[in-house]
Amino acid sequence: MSALLNVAGVGKQFGGFIALEGIDLTVAQGERVGLIGPNGSGKSTLVNCICGTLHNEKGTVHFNGQTVDGLAAHERTHRGIARSFQLPRPFVTMSVADNLRVPLLYTVHTRSGRHLTVEEADARCHELADLVGLGDKCNKSPKDLTQIEMRKLELARAMATDPKLLIADESMAGLSDSEVGEIVNMLIKLNESGITIIMIEHIMRAVMSFSQRLVVLDSGKKIADGKPDEVIRNPEVERAYLGQ
Amino acid sequence: MRSPAFFLVSFAVGLVVFVLARMLDNDYLFFAGYTVLQYIVLATGWNILGGYTGYVNFGSAAFFALGAYSTVVLHKAFPMPIPVLMLVGGIVSGLVGFGMGYLTLRLRGAFFSIATLALAVVLQTLIVNWDFVGGSRGAYIIRPHHLEIFDYEIGYIQYLFFTMMVLAVLSLTVARMVERSRLGYGFATIRDDEVAAEACGVPTLKLKLIATTLCGALMGMAGAPFPYYIGYLQPSSAFGLEYAVNAIAMPMIGGATSWVGPLIGAVLLGTLQQVATVTISSAVNLLIVGLLLTGFVIIAPNGILGLFHKYFRGKTDFVGRRRIDRIGP
Ligand SMILES: Nc1ncnc2c1ncn2[C@@H]1O[C@H](COP(=O)(O)OP(=O)(O)O)[C@@H](O)[C@H]1O
Ligand SMILES: [Mg+2]
Repeated sequence: MSALLNVAGVGKQFGGFIALEGIDLTVAQGERVGLIGPNGSGKSTLVNCICGTLHNEKGTVHFNGQTVDGLAAHERTHRGIARSFQLPRPFVTMSVADNLRVPLLYTVHTRSGRHLTVEEADARCHELADLVGLGDKCNKSPKDLTQIEMRKLELARAMATDPKLLIADESMAGLSDSEVGEIVNMLIKLNESGITIIMIEHIMRAVMSFSQRLVVLDSGKKIADGKPDEVIRNPEVERAYLGQ
Repeated sequence: MRSPAFFLVSFAVGLVVFVLARMLDNDYLFFAGYTVLQYIVLATGWNILGGYTGYVNFGSAAFFALGAYSTVVLHKAFPMPIPVLMLVGGIVSGLVGFGMGYLTLRLRGAFFSIATLALAVVLQTLIVNWDFVGGSRGAYIIRPHHLEIFDYEIGYIQYLFFTMMVLAVLSLTVARMVERSRLGYGFATIRDDEVAAEACGVPTLKLKLIATTLCGALMGMAGAPFPYYIGYLQPSSAFGLEYAVNAIAMPMIGGATSWVGPLIGAVLLGTLQQVATVTISSAVNLLIVGLLLTGFVIIAPNGILGLFHKYFRGKTDFVGRRRIDRIGP
């Protein structure tokens, strides 16, 4: 199977602090990967380097057979990499539906080469909102949403870009058990429709039921990568979590 | 309403104002009206950058002055009709706006604003030391007494008023078009959160360049006829503090999220300042504007439009329901 994402030797420093070091990660087309690690281990930083929000000093990122090094974040989004932000970053002066409309206006048409009509875009906004359970909040301001609803909006907005690869950065923190189940099911359905997904999560129940493969980061290094049930029995992984 | 229809309706309104003013036959009305119209253009231009994308430009006077000085240069070389001068002033200031955007793209918040202020200072220094345009002494531009159009005589100030009216209508049309287009959505995402905008696929750098260019161009066009209006152009009047302050205050007081805000702000504040100039002294103008701006920023940060939404539509929070006319190219 061909690799959709290929991260090789990625390193990122903040001043003198090494946030990531020598990260290699390959994700195959259609795969569901869980990415875990203690707080501050560099998961979000890795996402930022893959998506172009931050630029890694070392290593390369290939996507869909081409390098994306040096591409701006929006260009990577156009290529098909989407992400949700761990701390929600909604467009606060726009309604929920308009938040979802932005990727439709700026990414979906760019890739399909055709603009959606106003009606098509409207319908798609509502469809996406329904999908994450925000159907009745379409005309609300993001400021009126709860923290949990904002996470759902993050996820829906990332999905709105029609990505090839979706990276969900702790989308489920704070959700109830049944909601976690719903989101996991939704992501699995999305994956079955052909979208490759990397899920970053602390809720082990969600990670274990979702992931076909598990990758573990600790202090900016990758310490494990493999079958989920084998990885969580890995002594080094146990140590990383117990030491936390 | 489609943009061409909007332009025609606004133009008709402007025409009615023009005809009414002619019936009163008082040149002072045209002098005062011209200033208000000029402020509509300046405020609208400022708002495309400051209101839509959230980048606060303190250097409006520089763009205005560049438009005015383009006219001085052309006047010495080969005099041309006002609409052509407006076009040239717009191109010059638009290019400088593009350049400024390019140099300051990575600056955010206060740093961007300080850079625009610095640009204004640098440009003023250049003009003061440029003898061809009169340097610090200034330049005289003799305003013709009247203009003849097909045997029909029209006072020159009336002609200036008319061209500025057309420019104001044009600016409002452009601002409204931008606001209701894909571009307007992109601008708003920049104002709200640039990192999230990029993640949604919005090319933020490109959009910021479009905004700085449009902003500069409109301000330059507003400045182009100014030497003919004032007759004697000095750097200190072209780079006057009142332009920078009004260009910010008018959209902020009117409401910066929509094209209507700068229009309301410019008409209210512009008229108020004209009245104050006649009844008290022009020296109090900046004081009035300063006090009003402070008051609004504290009491009604979303301006008059925000107040309107709050009291008449019962919205506690001003989230503009965006409208999109067309998802054009
Ligand atoms: N922009 C930044 N500047 C400085 N340090 C940062 C920045 N972003 C993250 N860090 C640091 O890098 C480390 C990894 O952070 P992060 O990737 O957010 O971890 P995780 O998502 O795994 O919890 C943390 O120690 C954090 O403090
Ligand atoms: Mg994180």
